Amino acid sequence: MACLVRSWIPLLFLQSFLVAIAFGSNEGEEFSEELLLKPLPDRKVLAHFHFENRAPPSNSHGRNHHLFPKAISQLVQKFRVKEMELSFTQGRWNHEHWGGFDPLSSMNAKPVGVELWAVFDVPQSQVDISWKNLTHALSGLFCASINFLESSTSYAAPTWGFGTNSDKLRYGSLPREAVCTENLTPWLKLLPCRDKDGISALMNRPSVYRGFYHSQRLHLSTVESGQEGLGSGIVLEQTLTVVIQPETTSVETNMQPSWSLSSLFGRKVVGSCVLAKSSNVYLQLEGRLGHESKNVDTEIEAHKLWMNSDFDLSLKPDRVIRESSSLLFIFDIDKSSDSEPFDLGLTWKLPSKWSCEQAPLHASRFLMGSGNERGAIAILLKATESQEKLSGRNLTTDGRCTIKANIFQIFPWYIKVYYHTLQIFVDQQQKTDSEVLKKINVSPSTDKVSSGMLEMMLELPCEVKSAAISIEYDKGFLHIDEYPPDANQGFDIPSALISFPSHHASLDFQEELSKSPLLSSFKEKSLVRSYTEVLLVPLTTPDFSMPYNVITITCTIFALYFGSLLNVLRRRIGEEERFLKSQGKKRGGLKQLLSRLTAKIRGRPIEAPSSESPAAESSFLSSKLIFKIILVAGAAAAWQYFSTDK
Amino acid sequence: MAEEQNKKPCRFWIWASASVVFRLILISFPGNLNLSSRPEVSTPLTSIRRLAEGYWLKQASMSPYAGSMYHGSPLLLSILGPLTVQSIKGQPSHLLCSLVFVIADILSAMLLRGIGQKLQMAYGLNARLLGFLKSSRDKVILPCGDIAALVYLWNPFTIVSCVGLSTSPIENLAVVLALFGAVTRRVPLAAFGFVMATHLSLYPATLAIPIIIILGYGLDAPPIKLFLQTRSVENEKSSTSTVSKQAKSKQTTHLPFLWKTVAHFLFWVLLWSLYVLVLCALSLNKYGGLEEMFKRTYGFILSIEDLSPNIGVFWYFFAEVFDFFRNFFLIVFHVNVLFMLLPLVIRLKHRPCFLAFVYLAISSILKSYPSVGDSALYLSLWALFVNELIDMKFSFFLFCGYLGISLLSPVMHNLWIWRGTGNANFYFGNAIGYACFQIVFVVESVSAMLNHDRALRRSSSNHGEVKS
Repeated sequence: MACLVRSWIPLLFLQSFLVAIAFGSNEGEEFSEELLLKPLPDRKVLAHFHFENRAPPSNSHGRNHHLFPKAISQLVQKFRVKEMELSFTQGRWNHEHWGGFDPLSSMNAKPVGVELWAVFDVPQSQVDISWKNLTHALSGLFCASINFLESSTSYAAPTWGFGTNSDKLRYGSLPREAVCTENLTPWLKLLPCRDKDGISALMNRPSVYRGFYHSQRLHLSTVESGQEGLGSGIVLEQTLTVVIQPETTSVETNMQPSWSLSSLFGRKVVGSCVLAKSSNVYLQLEGRLGHESKNVDTEIEAHKLWMNSDFDLSLKPDRVIRESSSLLFIFDIDKSSDSEPFDLGLTWKLPSKWSCEQAPLHASRFLMGSGNERGAIAILLKATESQEKLSGRNLTTDGRCTIKANIFQIFPWYIKVYYHTLQIFVDQQQKTDSEVLKKINVSPSTDKVSSGMLEMMLELPCEVKSAAISIEYDKGFLHIDEYPPDANQGFDIPSALISFPSHHASLDFQEELSKSPLLSSFKEKSLVRSYTEVLLVPLTTPDFSMPYNVITITCTIFALYFGSLLNVLRRRIGEEERFLKSQGKKRGGLKQLLSRLTAKIRGRPIEAPSSESPAAESSFLSSKLIFKIILVAGAAAAWQYFSTDK
Repeated sequence: MAEEQNKKPCRFWIWASASVVFRLILISFPGNLNLSSRPEVSTPLTSIRRLAEGYWLKQASMSPYAGSMYHGSPLLLSILGPLTVQSIKGQPSHLLCSLVFVIADILSAMLLRGIGQKLQMAYGLNARLLGFLKSSRDKVILPCGDIAALVYLWNPFTIVSCVGLSTSPIENLAVVLALFGAVTRRVPLAAFGFVMATHLSLYPATLAIPIIIILGYGLDAPPIKLFLQTRSVENEKSSTSTVSKQAKSKQTTHLPFLWKTVAHFLFWVLLWSLYVLVLCALSLNKYGGLEEMFKRTYGFILSIEDLSPNIGVFWYFFAEVFDFFRNFFLIVFHVNVLFMLLPLVIRLKHRPCFLAFVYLAISSILKSYPSVGDSALYLSLWALFVNELIDMKFSFFLFCGYLGISLLSPVMHNLWIWRGTGNANFYFGNAIGYACFQIVFVVESVSAMLNHDRALRRSSSNHGEVKS
């Protein structure tokens, strides 16, 4: 027995040592999972999953990862990606009801379909090649047709309109890409616990894709280590934003629906992902509610906030944090277990109403004109309620209050934009460019080679009610091979991006929360952005069924031209008459061959050919015939010889 | 007789000024007409909107050829560009541009009139030499210059392309200028017109042959054989043997070819083209220079990149043809323009002005981006030869054809593009019809001219026989 114990002891030591090595070597690699829940004013619930994976700077040679997905780190190393963001979105973010001036919306409200942008750390000449390779790699990684962004007609290189000033930035989007579970599965594969454990276990596919909006995003950035010899660290941020309508049984229409995690997702959280450093669930209550409760004596009432006259929470929050206009309840799910699953619920007792903070201007985009020849694109910026609140902040040096708005727009080449027709209307009055247009950068599209890009910076007065920009275009005509299979559906113009460079959204927590990556990212100032609608432009289609007919008919026209003109040029009426006369004279006596010869040798007396004997004539012709045959045979032999020789 | 002659020019001036007034009325409401976006009027090469876009890009310190909008000359850009931006207050924009086009039209008409008068004189002279005028008194020489000028001014195609703000009036002016210079033997002017026309639209390069023939041999005349025949008929009494007659005629078959004038012309062509190239290079100094210009203008014409519909047949053909065969057909179609040059020269070398008309008509049929402005030019050049072509076949049929096509074309375009009830074949069918009518027109004109020469020969030989 003692012997057994004695033999066990070193083994235990060894084990503990190994474990220490295993963790020690990957000390900096961290993973955290978080979920933010937020009731929205229009009776919906927003769920924002946030997973962050950090790989610290280390030697790039023989890199061994413990938690960090190898595929991503290889991607970063191979293509030297400095920063990259890929998003798959279905549905449109409702800026009016879901907010437009908070970090959540400015980071996670994405255009429909796939959007990809990347900044590279390579020489300028290799950026495009890196981009092409990256699109192919991502396309394989995420089971999506991101490789369509490879062609130079579908991406652009924004200079300043996108918000990131870099000449090594490439941006592309595919509005038509259908996003579904086959894109989510590879995305989940990058998580250490996949969707087996922890918060990600909530991602029940039917409930996620039933929602009004879902956007799955992957953002990675490299962190340069100051030290020599060390590579750069990578921060991988994966978020999934879902807007779901809770199923409600209450008859009252003005009552907010009550919900719980299990009613929203059909699942409960059973414990956290063991590999995660932290796994928290947040509940953010916004607007009037927050303000009201702020008036209450906070020190005493703080712990009772989760059960008041307005609403009930099914679980007691671990902490409550205040923000200027909202309340944040923090739940740690480490405590939950199989017997006691984490199932947060919110029950409303009284009808309540609040509104979200909105961006200074609400942007929408539409097409004008009818028919398939030309049209115009208009971007309409409308003042929102929050504008008065914000207007005080942006005084320019000369004391004028202005709102700056950047517009970034990509035009596919078949939308041939006339940039000189750009018109800007402020409050229904046309303005000259110098009045409101501060900066403009245009790169026109080249047919079948590159897409066009428009970057504008508008400086609008604060009291503006509405501003409209219109630009005319001609619709292009494509070759039949360039049309997609459903050509009559039309073509998509990618969303325009409207950003407000002088406005930054951030949540202002009083307490220091360095632990939580989600909250610290909210705390950082982020540019207020909104994407406009994707536009569908119907283009004229040729008749796809008749290329052969067109080819034959057109060639017939050419034959008609060539043949009839040549016929007119070589016809000689005088000679024909002479020929007929001569034939009439010597009918019967002469053979046809002879008469042909007389017609050929013209200008001579008709008697001349008659002196030649018919025998000589025929022998001459036969020699000619033989010569011809020999020529053809020789050509054939030469052809045969040369073709077989090769 | 003198009164009549006074009256006629008077009537001409009334009609000419009436056409100008008509144009001015039309350009004062361009908004309602909306002609500038018609595919029949403005092609990617001649559209003023594209020119304005090119000017805008240049003002924004970008290459005017950036993007695939502008494909015209950089010189045109610096002349017409500022006019697209400026507008007189209270007047529709592009009014200044329209005025430039109206002036170009008037100038072309006047030059056509000048050409016509020269041709008319030459016709009268030749007829007198051959002795037709004495025998057939009733046959009056029509004032072909006035007719051609009026045909040019009142042709709906010209009016539409002038009011519809396409740059084709300027291209036409350059072509007419080249012909006028050649006809009046102003060699530098001919060279200038030729260089400008080639610079603006490439296809008038084929006009080098007729211009050289005009300068070398002189104006249109009946075939040289005729003169020799009449002369020999007169001399026949002295010499009776046919052999000696042939030997005599062979000695005088060749008309003197004025090598000096032609060399002069070529020198001026070289000079003007150098000048134009230097100007273009200066204006495109920062934006890729001449290489870029040739790629974006001539390259665009030759490679037929733009597949937007026009009245030609190429756009649909290249929208449908398999990519594999594209280059082959491009070569075949462009060679077709050049293919007929030589046979036509051989048969029509005694009528260089008519040859110029045939070349222009052929190139306007086989152009990559044809417009009605090109048709307007060759139709009015055709009117210069009313005396010769008076008994052309199918003229009524052709007139109806042109009329029908120009009425059907907007209808088909509307059905296809705007209403979506028709498809591309509707408009393409129309384009095919137009091409067919144009081909028949050219073929019949050539045939009528050849027949005219034959008739002259026959009548002269009859005349000689009667005399003898």
